[in-house]
Amino acid sequence: MSNWIPLWLHKLGSPPTFYRFAGTLRPWAMALALLLGAVALYGGLVLAPADYQQGEAYRIIFIHVPSAWMSMFIYGVMGVAAFIALVWRIKLAEVVAMESAPIGAAFTFITLVTGSLWGKPMWGTWWTWDARLTSELVLLFLYLGVIGLYHAFEDRRQGARAAAFLAIIGIINVPIVHFSVNWWNTLHQGSTINLFGQSKISGDMLWPLLCMMLATKFYYVASLFRRVRTDLLALEGGKDWVRQIAESEAGQ
Amino acid sequence: MNRPGLLTACAAMLRRDLTLAWRRRGDIAMPVLYALIVTMLFPFALGPEDTLLQRIAGGVVLVTVLLAMLLALDAMFSSDIEDGSLEQLVLAPQPLALMLGMKILAHWLTTALPLIVIAPLLAGMLHLPGAVIPVLLLALLLATPLLSLLGAVLVALTAGTRRSGMLLALMLLPLCVPAVIFAAGAVAAAQQGLPWLAPIAWLGAALVLAVVLAPLACAAALRIALDA
Repeated sequence: MSNWIPLWLHKLGSPPTFYRFAGTLRPWAMALALLLGAVALYGGLVLAPADYQQGEAYRIIFIHVPSAWMSMFIYGVMGVAAFIALVWRIKLAEVVAMESAPIGAAFTFITLVTGSLWGKPMWGTWWTWDARLTSELVLLFLYLGVIGLYHAFEDRRQGARAAAFLAIIGIINVPIVHFSVNWWNTLHQGSTINLFGQSKISGDMLWPLLCMMLATKFYYVASLFRRVRTDLLALEGGKDWVRQIAESEAGQ
Repeated sequence: MNRPGLLTACAAMLRRDLTLAWRRRGDIAMPVLYALIVTMLFPFALGPEDTLLQRIAGGVVLVTVLLAMLLALDAMFSSDIEDGSLEQLVLAPQPLALMLGMKILAHWLTTALPLIVIAPLLAGMLHLPGAVIPVLLLALLLATPLLSLLGAVLVALTAGTRRSGMLLALMLLPLCVPAVIFAAGAVAAAQQGLPWLAPIAWLGAALVLAVVLAPLACAAALRIALDA
């Protein structure tokens, strides 16, 4: 009676089911991402008051901070998917892990670029060898390493498994890098938003930030689903369900 | 069938790898020459001022040794993959992780140890004060096995690919950031007359962790890379 959830999850792991599921959800996720993104941008760029110290320049926070969160969140998703892929050898988990990497790398890149744009007026420099900046840069290289290793193999599934293993090594290493770099040099401010307890940010500025956070999450889902669908079609090219889709598309 | 004991197998593995390395002594000299040349380029590029060279000496030696090791890392398993002996090792009754640990040890002895031996010369070329050299050597003694172990895992992962040189650098360099920070931190602290034991202790802790985990990870990675 209560085992419909594992059953449903089990079914979802099969490529044709996930293909259909992702196809249904993707437009909704994309629409929500666009809507929330537009609201957050309006709230952040127009409604929120200027900062007493940083003036208008602080408004880049509405891009910078959500991207930074996503850069780490996606690495976490990739690590979990990689672990599932290696332990249970689920093809879908391999695809999810590998297709998360480019999206995560893009968010990391956006974080670095917006951070340096913000750093120029505030700190007077594009780049400084600060702990958070450096660990974000290391994160970018980790993503690039995973992507590079995936594409270095002739066989895609073998490449996915090797790159998944690298992603897991990276997960173990990320805290070590983070603390060693912190110990080494620090300029970047600590965290302002606290999940538990009082945040040190005004409510006018907080809600667009959280709104943008949701928008980036939905964008990730939409983008991931699209990539996974394409990848599944390529991987399962010889199977019946792909042939059926191809025939129905050709018939139209 | 009479299986050789674990210790015998380890000794045989180590002896085999060291013999192979000794028969191609020229390959051992390559990283050493590379490190010498790179270190020599720094005074040309930055100017021969003693104070400047002294300040960067520790870091330059560390990074040079790291790059020289990276250069030699590629060859860790390549000949064994070509002649198929690595597959035999995977099939052998002895635990793969232990055998790979022996291979990593042999590789460290043949590439990193010569680099550590010439490290005082490299440091001398850049006028690092003599009192700091023992700290540099200690940092290298702890940091180079760490790099060998981490590198071995990544080399094992790329075992099934053709072009792995640049990829290996891309994968290894972010992972070895902590080793560089702690090793360079110890040397810099010693140079300023500050206590340098804390970063060395961190390096030691990381090394202990890597000695335990890296051979296991290396074995897992090799199984992934070889099973087609």
